[in-house]
Formats: sequence, C-alpha cells, structure tokens
Amino acid sequence: MNNILTQIGIENYIFLCVTLFCIGIFGVLYRRNAIIVFMSIEIMLNAVNLLFVAFSTYHQDAQGQVFVFFSMAVAAAEVAVGLAILVSIFRNLGSISIDNLKNLKG
Amino acid sequence: MSTVLIIFCVLSAITLSTAFLTIFSRNPIHSAIYLVICFFSIAGHYLLLNAEFLAIVHVIVYSGAIMILFLFTIMLMNLNDKDEVHKPRFTRLGAIVSFCLVCLVLIKIFIDSKPIVGYDYTGKDYQSIKVLGKVLLNEYMVPFEFASILLLVAMIGTVLLSKKEKLEK
Repeated sequence: MNNILTQIGIENYIFLCVTLFCIGIFGVLYRRNAIIVFMSIEIMLNAVNLLFVAFSTYHQDAQGQVFVFFSMAVAAAEVAVGLAILVSIFRNLGSISIDNLKNLKG
Repeated sequence: MSTVLIIFCVLSAITLSTAFLTIFSRNPIHSAIYLVICFFSIAGHYLLLNAEFLAIVHVIVYSGAIMILFLFTIMLMNLNDKDEVHKPRFTRLGAIVSFCLVCLVLIKIFIDSKPIVGYDYTGKDYQSIKVLGKVLLNEYMVPFEFASILLLVAMIGTVLLSKKEKLEK
C-alpha cells in the first residue's frame, strides 16, 4: 500500500481539473440561459473541489478535505439563493435569458 | 498501464464529456441529467482517492439536493427549446475568444511550471471519517458553526425571495 497518486500522477488530476474549469468558464461565457450558467458555475466549483482532494491526498493531510466540506456548504447555500433569484426574475420578466437583465445599464 | 490508471481515464472521459454535453444541449432538463452523471463521476474520483466520506457527502449534496433544486426550478419555469433566444454572433465570438485566451494562460502556466516529484507516504490515517471529524470539530470548530449560520441565512433568504409579494393597496 502506498500513495495512490504514484500510480496516477498528480499532473493528470491537474489537467483534468483545469479542463473541467475551462469547460465551466466557456459555459458561463457562451450560454445565455441563466440556469445553464448556474450549472457551469457548479462545474467550476467541482473542478476546484476535486483538485483540493487530489492535493490533500498528495500531502497526506486531512485539511484539504475539510475545506472541500466547507466549500460544498457554501455551494449549497449559493445554489438555493441563486435559484430563488432566478425564479423571481422569471416571474417578473417572463424569461431567464441574461440578456434581458440590463436595467442597471445606464 | 495499471488498473487504477484505466479507471481514472474512464472516469475522466465520462466527467469531461458529460460536462461538455451539459453546456451544449439545448434542453435544460437534458443539461441537468448530464450534470447528474458528471457529479456521480466526480464522486467516483473521490472514491478513487480513498476519500469515501467526501464521496458520500458529494452524492448527497450535489446529486441529491442541488440537482433536485435545479430540476424543480426548470419545471417551475416550464422552459422549452423555443425560449432560448437567438444569440448575436458578436457575443458568441467574444465568448470563444475570451475562452481561448483563458486556455492559453492556463496552458502556459502548466508548461512553464516545474514537474511535481516526491509523493509522500506517511502511512498514517488521514482521511477516514474518524480523523476528518476530529479535524473538523477541533481545529475548524468556528468555521463549522459559521457554516451553519450561513445555511440558516440562505434558507431564510430563499424563502423571502421566492415568496409572492402581496399587493397592498
């Protein structure tokens, strides 16, 4: 029994997480549907969480996993509030395209 | 090629392809289903790294709670394919260009970084539920309590936001 990362390599995890994060960024930039934008944000959060766990295994330290635990709590709160905001936007405007949300633009 | 590496490659392929499909499918419900598969494969990655507690919490929180919220919201709005407005080509081009710039920066960082060597193996138990609980409730006691306050505030905020306003006249 030794460190699992000797068989996989931490670089593979870094590449996977960076690719996943880039997919998330692309989703935020490309799609106009606010729900898909939220899903892309979730994908980005998950990419970072996965990298935290990989480095926690690399350093053989529990603190990375504890941090992931907190980040999951924050993500849950964020999704709940965000979706409530989306529902109220849909109620007022009748669509959730983020192009319609330009009332703040002067 | 060891078994672990093969499992890693299969899981990574599932993760990346479903993440792509989440973004590019037209129907929001299909996106949500693909996102569930993506989250399950990430839980598989956690299991591969022996983080069984996080894998279970991830399945419960993401695949359970968050996806139910997403699906309920999508069904509440009754979105169809035709609701997706036609994007202006300029916006699409801008998105692709800025995405390529981000990728360029990240790739440059990883090419120039030093290779990572030396994997620790101390042999001590560091990621069982027992150890995680001790770390969480000894060193991170105050953040743990603040997380509960955060969840409470988020709950109250959600109820306030989604409550229908009464028209008072």
